[in-house]
Amino acid sequence: MIKSFFTQSLVRRFFSSLAAMAILALMTGPPGSTLTPTAGLTGSFTEPSSFFGLFKTVRWVPFFVIAILMWGIWTLWLSRGKQLKALVSKVAAVPRAATERRPVRWSVGVVLLVVALLLPHIVTDPFWQAAMVEQIAVYVLLAIGLNVVVGFAGLLDLGFVAFYAIGAYTTAWVTGALPTPPLFGIHMDPFFAIPIAIIIAMVAGIILGAPTLRLRGDYLAIVTLGFGEIITIFANNLYGITGGSQGTSVIPHFKLHIGPIKYAWGLTPVPYYYLTLLFVVLFLAAFSLLEHSRVGRAWTAIREDEVAAESVGINPLKYKVMAFAIGASTAGFAGVVTASQSNNIFPSSFTLSFSINILVLVIFGGMGSIFGVVLGAVIIQTASMYLLHSPPSGYQSSDLYIYLGALLVVMMIFRPAGLVPSRRRKREISLSEHQHEGHLDEMLTGNTP
Amino acid sequence: MGAFGHYLAAHFDTLRLEFWSLFIGGLANGFLYGMVAVGYTLVYGVLRLINFAHSEIFMSGGFASYFVMKALIGTSVPNGAATIGLIVVGILVGATVGAIVATLLERVAYRPLRRRNAPKLAYLISAIGASYFLFNMAGKEFGRYSISMPQPYINHTVFSVFGAGVQLYYIVIFVAGLIMLFSLDRLVATTRLGRSIRAVAQDAETASLMGVNIDRTIALTFIVGGALGGAAGYLFGLGTGVVYTMGFVPALKAFTAAVLGGIGNLRGAMIGGLLLGIAESLSVVFVQAAYIDVVAFGILVAVLLFRPTGILGERLGRAA
Repeated sequence: MIKSFFTQSLVRRFFSSLAAMAILALMTGPPGSTLTPTAGLTGSFTEPSSFFGLFKTVRWVPFFVIAILMWGIWTLWLSRGKQLKALVSKVAAVPRAATERRPVRWSVGVVLLVVALLLPHIVTDPFWQAAMVEQIAVYVLLAIGLNVVVGFAGLLDLGFVAFYAIGAYTTAWVTGALPTPPLFGIHMDPFFAIPIAIIIAMVAGIILGAPTLRLRGDYLAIVTLGFGEIITIFANNLYGITGGSQGTSVIPHFKLHIGPIKYAWGLTPVPYYYLTLLFVVLFLAAFSLLEHSRVGRAWTAIREDEVAAESVGINPLKYKVMAFAIGASTAGFAGVVTASQSNNIFPSSFTLSFSINILVLVIFGGMGSIFGVVLGAVIIQTASMYLLHSPPSGYQSSDLYIYLGALLVVMMIFRPAGLVPSRRRKREISLSEHQHEGHLDEMLTGNTP
Repeated sequence: MGAFGHYLAAHFDTLRLEFWSLFIGGLANGFLYGMVAVGYTLVYGVLRLINFAHSEIFMSGGFASYFVMKALIGTSVPNGAATIGLIVVGILVGATVGAIVATLLERVAYRPLRRRNAPKLAYLISAIGASYFLFNMAGKEFGRYSISMPQPYINHTVFSVFGAGVQLYYIVIFVAGLIMLFSLDRLVATTRLGRSIRAVAQDAETASLMGVNIDRTIALTFIVGGALGGAAGYLFGLGTGVVYTMGFVPALKAFTAAVLGGIGNLRGAMIGGLLLGIAESLSVVFVQAAYIDVVAFGILVAVLLFRPTGILGERLGRAA
């Protein structure tokens, strides 16, 4: 009797909605502390709050109301969802067809570029100008780099931060900001660090990738995760080489001196913004070309069916290592920009959380979709900067990862192909979801034995 | 040879002097790694995937038992039968909450993907997201500093082996670990549940044709693995306190242990855990303490490169 009551789908949906809203209340609620570990749990539901600004009440009331609304919408969606979806796709058909056409795509790109160029003149708040460089432009660069590994080649790299750290520390080394004597004994300009950092990061990627990319995908994730941790441990403890937890001494800014052109980047963020934007555009162009080249097609083939790809003469290991090395060198490059821009680097900024943050940008935007990844990176980084700039009550800066973690799960459940799905990737996911018949092992795990 | 020879000679001398005390500490850690590693191996057996969020099951077991222990012990110093009772309660609470978190994890982060037959990458990403959500949530709710677990006993040396003292804490771990790992081994080898776990691990399709309820078996596998992980969380917290990030490093090492023993192989995971614990503990002599985690990771990479099937080999779904 009781059991049959709870197994009714309407009842189950109600309790699921309630649970989801209870979790949301906890996520947005006040924090607890080591001394009062239950304060957060009770405060999340009993703290006073206003009911959408209308009248004063306690926190659980608005969340309860939202849960009931959610229950209603969910139920409605199940009965009317198909019609709605059909309607949406009918309405979206015209703009969607337009985006397929090349001139439209180009003009959208040009408009976005113009907006990006004008942005520092529109946004003049110093916090946001700094955030645009350090937290948005650099992260876009990192995200499109990781997209090559995760999106194009389908490899889960959780140690992306290691290559970023390698790039940053190489810059410090080349410019003479480490306790070790610099390369060739001279203090060079950070511009010269770019090729060196790219090469070192790439070599590190190949050294790590060549043996481990033979392994199954989930082992690769663990090995890269461990590699990321180890780079941090080394950076933290090799005092004689990296400066240890004290960080490096001052890394100089970029300086340009070609013939009559002389320019020195300084503390102001705007010149760095334009420099990083230039690099982002270059990398975007390179990766778009790469996606549709022979290499890009080989990655797709390996991702879809490694055995079939091998049988038509593609060497999977070679292409996987290539993707890994390209991703690594992009991260190394971003490390150079960050090191020069922020002057000091500390091991504490190279954590696993950083890799996860970049992964969230790629997943949210859409694995394999360059436009989606850029859009996802801009949206998420702007949102997280907004939370840092004007935190709502009860929010602590490390709470960001609660939201990012939840976002990963939600995306995987409801929209695995991301915000702006790559057409190829979306097709692959739906193929794997609908066309596997027969072997239950495959159906259980999505894994071809 | 020269300087390096002297270095080695000096360190081997230290190793000879410290061997037994390091060995006992390593064995205790090894039991904990083994208890977490069986969780990885069991889930790998039925789902063919690494449960990235297993570390958070461990963490939640630690926190849950901390709250119960705080309520039961407070500032008093129990002894005698009370000590044993409290330890049993701590383990049971850790195991229960570990099992509950594992069940929720399976329901929320894995089952919807399984229903849709999602690609493997999706499972990994979903699990990483769940892990990040859980431990940061714990950090928000319970503070971000380590809290020491109320001690149910005075941690004195009970007896000594070759001059190395064996403390009560170690004895608790040895006894609890042996009982739990032995019962798990028997559970999987002899019971009806164990038989269905092995059947699903061997061939899920055939198992379902033979009338094994796959959803139920997978859920129960998560419960069994989660219970051991949660209990290990309590035992670990007893020694080093609980903190929201406590799961990460032990779980990475337990995963190494599972791979070392051969993933999917239950006894392999137990033996891998013991070996890793001991090897790691003895390596203290040769490397600085800061690099201990590097040693474990080096072992993982070496195993994956040279013997990816582990010491005992992958044995999905056979009675160990």
